[in-house]
Amino acid sequence: MSKLHDSGATDQVPSALVQPIQRRSFLRYTGAGMALSGLFLAGCDDDDESNSNNLLDVGSSDNGVLNYAYALEQLEAAFYAQVKTGQYYSTANAAEKQVFDDLALHEKAHTDFLKAVLSTNAIKALEPDFSSINFNDRSSVLNAAKTFEDLGVAAYNGAGRYIQTAAYLVIAGKIVSVEARHAALIRDMIGYNTFVDSDVVDLFTPTGSVSTPGVGNGTGRERSMTPSDVLTKANAFLKEGSRLSANSLR
Amino acid sequence: MDLFKIISDIEKVDPEIYERLDSRRRVFKHFGLAGKAVTGAMLPGLVSGLFQRAYGQTSALSPDIVAVLNLALSLEYLEFYFYDSGLNATGLIPNADRPAFEKIRNDESGHIKVLRGALGNAAIPDPTRAAFDYSGGRGRTVGPFAPALVNDYALFLGSSQAFVDTGVRAYKGGAPTLMPNKDLLQAALDIHSVEARHSSHVRTVRRGLAASQSGQAATTVAGDLNNLSGKTGRPKSWISGTDNGGPSPSTTPSTTPVYGPGNPATGAPTAIFFPAESNTMQAGIEISTLAGLNATAASEAFDEPLDPTTVKSIARNFVNELVAPTLFA
Repeated sequence: MSKLHDSGATDQVPSALVQPIQRRSFLRYTGAGMALSGLFLAGCDDDDESNSNNLLDVGSSDNGVLNYAYALEQLEAAFYAQVKTGQYYSTANAAEKQVFDDLALHEKAHTDFLKAVLSTNAIKALEPDFSSINFNDRSSVLNAAKTFEDLGVAAYNGAGRYIQTAAYLVIAGKIVSVEARHAALIRDMIGYNTFVDSDVVDLFTPTGSVSTPGVGNGTGRERSMTPSDVLTKANAFLKEGSRLSANSLR
Repeated sequence: MDLFKIISDIEKVDPEIYERLDSRRRVFKHFGLAGKAVTGAMLPGLVSGLFQRAYGQTSALSPDIVAVLNLALSLEYLEFYFYDSGLNATGLIPNADRPAFEKIRNDESGHIKVLRGALGNAAIPDPTRAAFDYSGGRGRTVGPFAPALVNDYALFLGSSQAFVDTGVRAYKGGAPTLMPNKDLLQAALDIHSVEARHSSHVRTVRRGLAASQSGQAATTVAGDLNNLSGKTGRPKSWISGTDNGGPSPSTTPSTTPVYGPGNPATGAPTAIFFPAESNTMQAGIEISTLAGLNATAASEAFDEPLDPTTVKSIARNFVNELVAPTLFA
């Protein structure tokens, strides 16, 4: 590693330090130039692109976040409603029936609540595309439920920063912890003790004594996601014309 | 001055120095010096600015943000030392459940690291294991939860549930205060949902134990709305109503306040208030009477926040007041 010696004793800094700056700044400016070109090109076809993809934008500010949540809750509510009509559910044991009864009710509560809060600002009812899910198969249903619940947690967490009204932040918090409870149970049903795991949480590994808190790698934080990353995943379960963008939540 | 030697030395005690510095390659960008000649005379200021960025965020934190983060940190210590003590109690936690509690303990340790990093020199010192009396006797007497860390696994799970549900409510209550600082808000939200995942799992283990099922089989046991509370209750993985007071409603201290109202308990639709977990009205909209819904589902679908004073009054029951008179005071 380059070293910087006796800097206080001389006005001229050794070239070892200066050269990396020059090399990196060159790369940085080159990168910035390319990024600007990219923006320019993107700007040229921005309107065409959003029209041709027919994406429905959730909007901006608090209504944007609430519509974003409303969209994801619609997806979850529709999923669980369909689970309850499938062959897996009809043959599930009492515990699993209770889980899916509850999840269907909770997501319906979230959906209908958000629709009522948004009132005339609400986006339309979305058309889901669940063609990739086999509602007769336990594993397919559980894995889809895991995807939706984990995605919901990551989505609410990642959108909190865009909420302007404190009361709505608290509402989002009231919902996200319930989604996290769902996610953890579904994950435990698939594989016991996976309620937290490295795909959804930046697990912490102690580097010293396990009984000494705060010393190790990782953070124990949920891996939250940006609205745009969430919608890329959510759009795979939405029909053409119901797919979403969140261009103002960034 | 040997800058890289300093950073390298710091790395030995703080492996994430480079992350704090925004990674090595961007260190120089942070100096704002691209394309300029660096002179020796500039260096002391540069180095000071570098570490100010990496470690010195605290100077900008308002007192109410510091208070929220330190309350969160105190709760994390309460949880960490509880789970760690449980894991160290021979024969208490069955082998099938040790991996889960090791994960939970380590998550709390990570949260402690995150909160310490956010608070910098404003963080409370580690209160250590000695600061806590998990019997609920406050260091003055042997309280009713003492067997939880000796040989009563059902009670250990009950205490775990009460601690983690208190934590979930506390983070939710603290979030609005963090709104001016988006990075700290993000960190708190990212911790909040992990705590809720912990609660869900602990509740699943409790249902299993109540039906003599462990490991994967615990997930085959349904919750029982007629038997939600008490040490051998079968709560759902989410909170139904007030869970009838939770794992230990009739002891002193009781777990009832964990699911009860805070202060203020009522307010206008756009106000911040702290109703009991049984609340069914959100933002002025009554959820229980929406088509197809009912009061149980309406309460389960939304967790409720708790105010700092109520959180402290719950946590204070598990502090050894003789050792840590100011913790949660």
